[in-house]
Amino acid sequence: MQTSKLLNVLACHLPAETFVTLPPYSVARYNFSVPAIEILGLEKVYHVGFWRKRPKRALHPLSFVVEQGEIFGFLGPNGAGKTTTLKMLMGLVFPTGGSAKILGMDLDDPRMKAQIGFLPEQPYFYDYLTAHELLRYYGQLSGVNSKQLTARVDTVLEHVGLKDSAGVQLRKFSKGMLQRAGIAQAILHDPKVVFLDEPMSGLDPMGRREVRVLIEQLKNEGKTVFFSTHILSDAEALCDRVAILNQGRLRGVGAVEELTAGLRGQVEIVWAGTSVPPSLRSATCRIAGDTVRAVVPSDQQDNIIETLRREKLRLISVTPVRVSLEDYFMAQLSPDQPSAAAANGKAAQ
Amino acid sequence: MSSRIFHIAANTFREAVRDRVLYNLIAFALLLTGAAILVGQISIQIERLVVINLGLTAVALFGVVIAIFIGIGLVSKEIEKRTLYTVLSRPVARWEFIAGKFVGLSGTLVVNASCMAVGVFAALLYVSRQLHGSDAWVLVAIYFIVLQFLITTALALFFSSFSSPLLSAVFTFCLFIAGSFAEDLRGFVGLSHGLQHWMAVIAVYAIPNFSALNIINPVAHGNGVSGQLVFWNTAYALVYIVAVLSGAIVIFEYRNLK
Repeated sequence: MQTSKLLNVLACHLPAETFVTLPPYSVARYNFSVPAIEILGLEKVYHVGFWRKRPKRALHPLSFVVEQGEIFGFLGPNGAGKTTTLKMLMGLVFPTGGSAKILGMDLDDPRMKAQIGFLPEQPYFYDYLTAHELLRYYGQLSGVNSKQLTARVDTVLEHVGLKDSAGVQLRKFSKGMLQRAGIAQAILHDPKVVFLDEPMSGLDPMGRREVRVLIEQLKNEGKTVFFSTHILSDAEALCDRVAILNQGRLRGVGAVEELTAGLRGQVEIVWAGTSVPPSLRSATCRIAGDTVRAVVPSDQQDNIIETLRREKLRLISVTPVRVSLEDYFMAQLSPDQPSAAAANGKAAQ
Repeated sequence: MSSRIFHIAANTFREAVRDRVLYNLIAFALLLTGAAILVGQISIQIERLVVINLGLTAVALFGVVIAIFIGIGLVSKEIEKRTLYTVLSRPVARWEFIAGKFVGLSGTLVVNASCMAVGVFAALLYVSRQLHGSDAWVLVAIYFIVLQFLITTALALFFSSFSSPLLSAVFTFCLFIAGSFAEDLRGFVGLSHGLQHWMAVIAVYAIPNFSALNIINPVAHGNGVSGQLVFWNTAYALVYIVAVLSGAIVIFEYRNLK
């Protein structure tokens, strides 16, 4: 968290009078001593069925911390418990156990709610309103000063590229425009923490790129962005840290480089021919045409090259295997993967 | 009233005003009032009685239909379309949301009732050529009809806070029908014994007494209304509305919005 540390240091060294004159997005507005989000053992069990209610666990005890100024990706397949977690943080669903704080305040604290913005998954807004009316309404509910509201609405509409559609009813909006309107309502009141549930879902590549740019802009303004997604390339490109959730269990949390480090240290060795020496039978070998490709730990690389030389096989290439977030993600989703109790502990440290 | 309740109410009002179904219902109610003129013209000597009876019944019936059909969707539609999520993730308490929705729809119904009342008085003026002093009681009857709307809205909101729109409509409509026969139920209390008696007593207190709020017939006959009745009916409606809305708020406060 180099950025947040830097901002923290800046905030501590700014003279007191600066706090009065600084623009709204200044780092001085943020108290970085408090984490943006602290989740401790948060869990949810639903009771399903009409007559005989039976428990259905949506989320196993979940713990992690998100620092201020981070872009934090909350990853997992459909039904992993991402939306349930977000709904608990927003006070829409009540947790069965555990606790959470946002900016050091309880989830039902109205002061906290004035400092967060939320974009639900596949948002649907009051379609009889125009974009301008919608934002005015949300601004009024968020307690934005009525004198500043019109100017603020115009600024945000311009920010998300909807200035020309301000007077159009939302029922005439495309999906991408609705998503941008959703992001506009989430940032309208200049919140410190922005929660986005699947913000790229259903968008075309252009729309996804626009949302990515918006998220980066939010980070540059010093805001914390917590977004859930199952589009891993977006998470890898944007996030400072990610958490991976599967079947209601946390499978890992940390920076992408940290998480994938455990899977690194492999090399792909390619040689000519179709024969595999007996000592390499245990390695992952694939015969493709007149070449053989083997993925092996890098510390065995020299021994294997020596073996190939002894067997008079022609070595073609030795390439380090690049581990992506997707590789890590898929590894975490395998059924035999233990839950990240250790990851929880690591996150809590 | 908190500003947030006001803004939610204003948005609810705006939604209703922009809903085409509402205009269809109002147009139909005004058409029925117009029909009352025709029926009045062929009812020798009792034109006024027919116009007031038919006109006020149209106002009551269509107002209740609007209260039920908009009221049942006030909460469930917001959950279904997830618009509620962006409201409750702001510094808006759940009780403020319920109160705002109630005030907004009540405002809509008051404006509708006022428009339709103008239609009734226009029909009355057309039939009688002039308004009489006793016609002022029509205003009291409309006031009682508005109280019925408010109770119906509170009931629709109550059922909507935990049930599906269809079931909410069925429950509210059943209570409206049962409440219209509340005086008969009171008579049954005197005749019944044992368990039946106690069940009837509970029903009398639980079911809204719409029949006490229906003074269309006496007003159509030119009879006056006592101040005492106005006071007690108002007090009854307020207590009932507060009780029902409190129930809705308690249920909604603890509801998981899945």
